[in-house]
Amino acid sequence: MNKRLLPLYVVAAYAFLHVPLLILAVFSFNASKFTVWEGFSLHWYAALAQDRDLIDAAANSLIIAVVATALATVCGTLAAYALWKRASGWISGSLYLSLVTPEIVTGVSLLAFFQWTFRFLNLRLGMHTVILAHVGFSLAYVVVVVLARLRTFDPALEEAAMDLGATEFTAFRAVTVPYLAPAVAAAAMLAFTVSIDDYVITSLVAGVDSQTLPMVIYALARRGVSPMLNAVSTIIVAGLGALVLLSERLRAK
Amino acid sequence: MADDAILQLRGVSKRFGAHAAVTGLDLDVHRGAFFSVLGPSGCGKTTTLRMIAGFETPDQGEILLNGSRIDALPPYRRNVNTVFQNYALFPHLTVRGNVEFGLRRMGRAGIEEKVRTVLEQVRLGDKASRMPAQLSGGERQRVALARALALEPDVLLLDEPLSALDPQLRKQVRAELKDLQRRIGVTFLFITHDQEEALSMSDRIAVMNRGMVEQVGTPEEVYRRPKTRFVASFLGAMNWIGGVGVRPEALTISREANPQGRRGVVVGSVFLGSAVHVEARLDSGEICTAQVAHDAATLRAGEAVSIGWSAADELRFE
Amino acid sequence: MRRLRRLFLAPAAALLAVTLAAPLVIVCLYSLMTRGAYGGVERPFTLENYTRFWDPLYGAILLRSSWIAAVATLLCLALAFPLALFIARSGQKKNLYLSLVILPFWTSFLIRTYAWMFLLRDTGLINTLLQSMGLIHEPLPLLYNNGAVILGLVYGFLPFMVLPLYATLERMDPSLAEASSDLGARPLQTLWRVTLPLCAPGIRAGSILVFVPCLGTYLTSDLLGGSKTILIGNLVQNQFTTARDWPFGAAASLALMAVAMVLLLAARRQGEEML
Repeated sequence: MNKRLLPLYVVAAYAFLHVPLLILAVFSFNASKFTVWEGFSLHWYAALAQDRDLIDAAANSLIIAVVATALATVCGTLAAYALWKRASGWISGSLYLSLVTPEIVTGVSLLAFFQWTFRFLNLRLGMHTVILAHVGFSLAYVVVVVLARLRTFDPALEEAAMDLGATEFTAFRAVTVPYLAPAVAAAAMLAFTVSIDDYVITSLVAGVDSQTLPMVIYALARRGVSPMLNAVSTIIVAGLGALVLLSERLRAK
Repeated sequence: MADDAILQLRGVSKRFGAHAAVTGLDLDVHRGAFFSVLGPSGCGKTTTLRMIAGFETPDQGEILLNGSRIDALPPYRRNVNTVFQNYALFPHLTVRGNVEFGLRRMGRAGIEEKVRTVLEQVRLGDKASRMPAQLSGGERQRVALARALALEPDVLLLDEPLSALDPQLRKQVRAELKDLQRRIGVTFLFITHDQEEALSMSDRIAVMNRGMVEQVGTPEEVYRRPKTRFVASFLGAMNWIGGVGVRPEALTISREANPQGRRGVVVGSVFLGSAVHVEARLDSGEICTAQVAHDAATLRAGEAVSIGWSAADELRFE
Repeated sequence: MRRLRRLFLAPAAALLAVTLAAPLVIVCLYSLMTRGAYGGVERPFTLENYTRFWDPLYGAILLRSSWIAAVATLLCLALAFPLALFIARSGQKKNLYLSLVILPFWTSFLIRTYAWMFLLRDTGLINTLLQSMGLIHEPLPLLYNNGAVILGLVYGFLPFMVLPLYATLERMDPSLAEASSDLGARPLQTLWRVTLPLCAPGIRAGSILVFVPCLGTYLTSDLLGGSKTILIGNLVQNQFTTARDWPFGAAASLALMAVAMVLLLAARRQGEEML
């Protein structure tokens, strides 16, 4: 009985996981704005290109993601290396905590903290607070990916390098970093994905003039189903999907 | 004699937690020698090698290279290089890249020339552009050798370099290593648990057990005149008969009665090709093994035999 | 060597201090303070924010959140197990099937939640289809209720359940199932008496990985839930924005954190250390 039911079930399960997004994609090409198919059209994609707010928000999201990813990847890789050399309960525990804390708690605590510091610093919420928040929650992802790769690295290689005259740092740079490169790239892509998509934390610490793409999407979704939303969703899902596939390929090396 | 010692260890000790890995080690390695440190696993030989290379620091004692202390220096400042047990070749670099690695770091000129020379010495001249993954085990070992030798170290440390090779290859590589060392003249410090390797290759052997050196001497000295029971048992086979040790090759065994010998009964025999090992139980109860020539009369289990040896071959210990 | 390590750890440590430790300290402090006249925080230290949870209104929120999270977790478990079993036994195509599960998860949680809005609304695809087929005349209220939230949660976190189950099943010795069969157990019995019990670590890990985020969910209940589906996440967000009662919001956050921590620590005793 199991033999025949199981594959059927599995097909249904995969359909459940993928069909909703496929439907969004399909309807993004719908000429009409109702959920009745009225013909193929690229009309909504064109509308996207002309929506100033959307484009600005997308630009903000990209800037934030690129900067946050760069910072998180560098800090995370160095930290993973240090942890690999010798474990640190505090750091590992904190990273674990940052991974498992519900987003809403991270968001409000950052908001509270930032507002508190603004009593002494002459600052307001803006791109910089968003970037800092993003680096904060991406860090743990980077460490996990790079650390996993490090655990397959033979420490004798660094010793050999030092034996041949390289200092600790040179050994790291000339031998370990090349080995880590695919994992670092994969981690960066992961951090980028997580940053582009974040809504909860970003919405709390963004302030008035730094709208990000998820914030715009959220507002549109709240207001009513807009076909433009289908279009932007399709673009994002396709883009991030490709990025994630690439990241998995690199991790498998 | 001490003037000729290129490497000296004085009273070196190292503990790991409650475990004393090395205790009060004294060692003199002469310039240009093929010096082996032989011992079972856990005897402290690897720890000793790592302390000389600089990956561990001694808790007590001094390590001197050419008369100056190096025990406080990091590995990259010691003129000592290591051939690691698993070779530790950099997987992302070619053979040439691996060999010139140390040279780049020290900023020496004439790198090209040096690399070519040393690759010729290990007979890998035509494989310079290969990647480590494309090489055989034996070839990888030669790259590790070339890489270390390129820096012209005062002492070359070899950490059980033959253990990763096929048994077939080992004998051949043994001869090659010995030959290489003689040609180049660099002092080799060779770590192994295989006594046959140590005996066949070394100028001098230090036998270690439980963190201490039990004897240092030429292969002949440690084999024929072992100073302790441990050394006697570890090098070659040993029969213990009534508190006295006798090597199997020193025993005579035959059906003919030997008035000065002991009486016994054959338990079994093992044919080794070039020799035969006959096991016999003596009247006094001990079981001993005698080595007989391949063409001697075949002794069968249950036969009564006489076993004898000359007093000169006896080894006694306190 | 020690200096290099400290240097390498410093940036991450600083980041964690600023984005994790300090904020949490502030939240703890605020949870013990009083709401200010204009929405800030003020001096009198008090435990009032915590005692407010005895109020049945907030108790109901806690209960509702736990119930929804529990139902979502159980559904995930039921749905993920056969899928994980299939993938673990699929031989060479394992990685392909696994990526097909992981891929949607990493694209965009927001968009995936929106997708269900598109499907479930009164003017959404499902209602339109059913109406056009003449099966119904009025749109069904599929959206803005607890059910929709649970659906959204299951959709969102199913991969989180599949992965640990798959990991445990993949490592299982196939000869155990064979032995069970050899001893007379029929396939379903083998599943119940051998495979499932051996899967316990994976079930535990997956359940925690799903339950905790579900408990603290904000987006799903905000977009898919109705005005009656206020969960802890929504409560916290509300206190920090519209209601401007930061101390109470802080207390609610810590309550949420506490529950999450307890569950996670309980499950971590034998887990694989990723960090």
